[in-house]
Amino acid sequence: MARIETPADLEQYRLQLREKFGKYQYAVSVCGGTGCRAYDCINVFETLREIIDKKDMSHTVNLRLTGCQGFCEMGPLMFIHKNGIFYVRISPEAVERIVESSILGDEVVEELLYKSPADGRRIVHQQEIPFYNKQRRFLLAMNRDIDPLNIDDYIAKGGYGSLAWALFESSSEEIIDIIERAGLRGRGGAGFPTGRKWRIARQAPSPDGIKYVICNADEGDPGAYMDRSLLEGNPHQVIEGMTIGAYAIGASEGYVYVRHEYPLAVHHLLEALDQAREKGLLGKNILGSGLDFDIKVSVGGGAFVCGEETGLIASIEGKRGMPRPRPPYPANYGLWGRPTNINNVETWQNVPLILQMGADEYAKIGTEKSKGTKIFSLVGKINNTGLVEVPMGITLREIVYEIGGGIPRGKAFKAVQTGGPSGGCIPAHLLDIPVDFERLQEVGSMMGSGGMIVMDENTCMVDIARYFMEFLTHESCGKCVPCRLGTKRMLEILTKICDGQGTNENLEALESLAADIKASSLCALGGTSPNPVLTTLRYFRDEYEEHIVNKRCPAGICQALITLRIDPDTCTGCGACLKICPVEAISGEKKQPHSIDPEVCIRCKLCISRCPKEAIYTE
Amino acid sequence: MEKEGCSCNRSFVPPEDLSPLEDIVERYRGERGALISVFHEIQQTYGYLDEGIMGELAKKLGYQLSHLYGLATFYTQFRLKPIGKHLIRICHGTACHVRNVREVTEEAKRFLNIVPGETTEDMYFTLETVNCLGTCAIAPVLVVDGVYHGHMTPSKMKKLLEKMVKEGGREASGQD
Amino acid sequence: MKHISLTIDGIEVITTPGRTILEAAAEAGIRIPTLCYDPRLEPYGSCRVCLVEVEGQGRGFLPACATPADEDMVVRTDTEKLRGIRRTIIELLLSDHPNDCMTCESAGNCELQDLAYEYGVRKPRFQGEQHHHEAIVDNPIIERDYNKCVLCGRCVRICREVQGVGVYDFANRGFEAVPGTPYNRPLTETPCEFCGQCVSTCPTGAIVSIPSKGKGRSWQVRKVRTTCAYCGCGCQIDLHVRDGRIVDVSSPLMVGPGEGNHCAKGRYGYGFVHHSDRLTTPLVRKEGELVPATWEEALGLVADRISKAVKEQGPDSVAFLASARCTNEENYLFQKLARAVVGTNNVDHCARL
Repeated sequence: MARIETPADLEQYRLQLREKFGKYQYAVSVCGGTGCRAYDCINVFETLREIIDKKDMSHTVNLRLTGCQGFCEMGPLMFIHKNGIFYVRISPEAVERIVESSILGDEVVEELLYKSPADGRRIVHQQEIPFYNKQRRFLLAMNRDIDPLNIDDYIAKGGYGSLAWALFESSSEEIIDIIERAGLRGRGGAGFPTGRKWRIARQAPSPDGIKYVICNADEGDPGAYMDRSLLEGNPHQVIEGMTIGAYAIGASEGYVYVRHEYPLAVHHLLEALDQAREKGLLGKNILGSGLDFDIKVSVGGGAFVCGEETGLIASIEGKRGMPRPRPPYPANYGLWGRPTNINNVETWQNVPLILQMGADEYAKIGTEKSKGTKIFSLVGKINNTGLVEVPMGITLREIVYEIGGGIPRGKAFKAVQTGGPSGGCIPAHLLDIPVDFERLQEVGSMMGSGGMIVMDENTCMVDIARYFMEFLTHESCGKCVPCRLGTKRMLEILTKICDGQGTNENLEALESLAADIKASSLCALGGTSPNPVLTTLRYFRDEYEEHIVNKRCPAGICQALITLRIDPDTCTGCGACLKICPVEAISGEKKQPHSIDPEVCIRCKLCISRCPKEAIYTE
Repeated sequence: MEKEGCSCNRSFVPPEDLSPLEDIVERYRGERGALISVFHEIQQTYGYLDEGIMGELAKKLGYQLSHLYGLATFYTQFRLKPIGKHLIRICHGTACHVRNVREVTEEAKRFLNIVPGETTEDMYFTLETVNCLGTCAIAPVLVVDGVYHGHMTPSKMKKLLEKMVKEGGREASGQD
Repeated sequence: MKHISLTIDGIEVITTPGRTILEAAAEAGIRIPTLCYDPRLEPYGSCRVCLVEVEGQGRGFLPACATPADEDMVVRTDTEKLRGIRRTIIELLLSDHPNDCMTCESAGNCELQDLAYEYGVRKPRFQGEQHHHEAIVDNPIIERDYNKCVLCGRCVRICREVQGVGVYDFANRGFEAVPGTPYNRPLTETPCEFCGQCVSTCPTGAIVSIPSKGKGRSWQVRKVRTTCAYCGCGCQIDLHVRDGRIVDVSSPLMVGPGEGNHCAKGRYGYGFVHHSDRLTTPLVRKEGELVPATWEEALGLVADRISKAVKEQGPDSVAFLASARCTNEENYLFQKLARAVVGTNNVDHCARL
């Protein structure tokens, strides 16, 4: 079927698809997210396809290479729909056995099941794995069940139904009311109410009637990849959300501004746009409603500041992505001077969901002021790394210990960093706070786009502050003085402290500089840039003082403040460290314990990584 | 726009050959603000943004060269110098940082005897660091010629480089 | 026209819609310090020196240069907090500045120096890496020393917004950001017309005119307001005169038709004034030699010759050729002389040649 002309056509097409898919006896999903691709999931998938073809089963097995299924730590992943069996860390060699036992038969291959680190128990079903069962995957669930390169999968799952409803059963005003009543707030950082934002753009006059909607997929926070996974795994839901938004606001053109670092997301998005256009779900006279709306893709060039709305607009316009003062806000004066509404990927994806669930049902999820779910990328020093979608209001402890499975190798939890470079580090004693926009801000951090980086006792908080300041110094566009020079000077002070040359006055200078940068920077990048320093100073001041007063780095990270030693009882004198040392600081006879001359050693730690006996330690 | 963003492992057109540039300009003619996409395509074709190519582009599109130069130097993805045969991009995102990617970078620097942003003299390796590749679950991570390598350690880095040197038939210049 | 009223520092200010807070304050005689501001340019808001407090604004501080004044706004321009922020900004700028005011061409005519003076910043609290660019002298007119650059972007903007030439843009970003020519090419290899507008707007000594270097501090020169004699536009210029010699030319901001802008001729074409080849009396050719004469003698000779030609061969045997360097009024009188007195329409102008 080519173009879908009416909502009735859409429903009929959906029924046809469901009937078609219903004829398959089996459905199997292999995760094809960027994370799993690094584990060679493509080879797993191709092997599976070959076997299915060889057995002449391609008409009975519906095979899908999906977007990210979230449990990246365990990839490659495979989910068998008929019996719900979930396999992890699959090698191409294991595929044949899986086909025989679990696809053709109903038996499980024990050793490919997820093994609970707590009790060593093998878990058959995805939903029983602690990583999954505490989540509420309203958005991410679809990633497992659809092939992002096939619009039919999305339509069969009810896709574009919200759009049809919006266009034919509802008015623009009503849509905005629903989004407002649902309590949706922007998932990109500050949590501005989406409905209110839409209303401002709707009411803003345009000189020639042209308005724009933009999807911000410039996911720049290091340690965050929610938007990449959503675009890779379910691009149509973004397209549907944006089209509904365009209808509500009165926009005729849309842009997705996506990072060039996400080639797979760009590829999936472009393919999805083509397919949507072919089906008449995008372009002229969508579904026969009279709405004309199309979406272009604008690829970024590698600049964190382009996540800021006015920087992003400048970048789409083909300029240096330097923010400009607001007001005027983009809602009034945005892309090429027209009213423009910008939301991020996750926000747009929530839109069809809200229309489908209804505002009241949606608003039941979450806390009083923060509604719905939020996707976090749970990474760092954590057992279960991956993407987690949780209801607002869940505690950090539940995320870290129940979903994340705690800290590897029995190390002690130290902090969790949220909000990216604009956020802060939250210490252990605040693990029981509920995760919502307000609470995170109260403790000095922020929701941000959803990065959640867990840190353990071997993470130095001064070094982390220095890391973020280095990032921001590098990413500052250089336009305003406080950000360009203020972050640079803060970085220099932090570097001094890490190098053991800090003084107590440095801490005062950091604090006063931070306050002035916050108050006077032009955009949010500069305005929030001191947050990582301020929260670490607030919660981990003792670590700063250890560096300054006792010239010690308790976590053993800051090179100038540690000494590398070889434990003579463990060292076998193999000479591996001696060979790799770039400054010849290590000496020792063959097969005799070696030693390190601390005067010569530059603490590059290459020897630690090379030692087969783990005999080298820091103090 | 090309659907695969990866420019790796391709032979590049020499900057004297202007015909691909004309194709690119033609395809984007009339598209407002598409300069960044044009740059990406030029870089995929020529490997970098050559000064002569930029001059031609300015003429063809009616921009001041200063604008193009300002744009190219603002965005970290654009290179003004040719790159080596193999491009190694090490992720310095937060997840990679807390999992000690610095040591992996140190190993690469030591092995290649260059710092990030540089290319070896024989034009064999280019080393870069990037903010975040968004594959934090497999941190520390790096991308070599478009292929992701996760859970990196200094030893794995060294082995990888040695393998590339050997398989590529490069004259060894590693120091051990 | 509709008016809006707002309160600035407790004073009720009435202004027209569309004015910025900075402009409204100026109308009321309240000076807000600035650095990246130039009335000839679009607001930019980068230096943050002109931040003011606006009641009821979430973020608190807004740049006066870029924020439109609004009905019932309550603005404070000089609170303790604002002074603190301004001081920090000046300190940050000075932490990456050569502080060589002793020899700097712009001392006495430097907005950064003025700010440091006003806010009493002697030595910045912060020390750190400084830029060490080589001064660029790649032509005889304009010298650029980016160590003194405050990245206000005024040179970039004036060349693009006012001149429409676009010689400069920023390169790189963050601490590494610096304005300049593409690929650091010499100005002579860019479309630069050497109008010196970048010099005129640079708030520090980062871009200076080479011909006037070392020839006089701003307080050592007498500024003589005059009308530029190069064309009929009538731009107002200030000749900087020291010891009876012109050492520089500037243009008063927002005065006359040029509004502070000028072209290469107006700004740099003053060398003829003191040139040894310059004619200071009329010359009359006598026996094949040009010899000095009085105005009476020279004008009398011209009048005699014209009369003679008209009488012998008619008015159209004479042509009047005027100069672009005359004012419109002078040119008007000149053609009047041709048409009404002599009776010919043979009038032309050197700009057509």
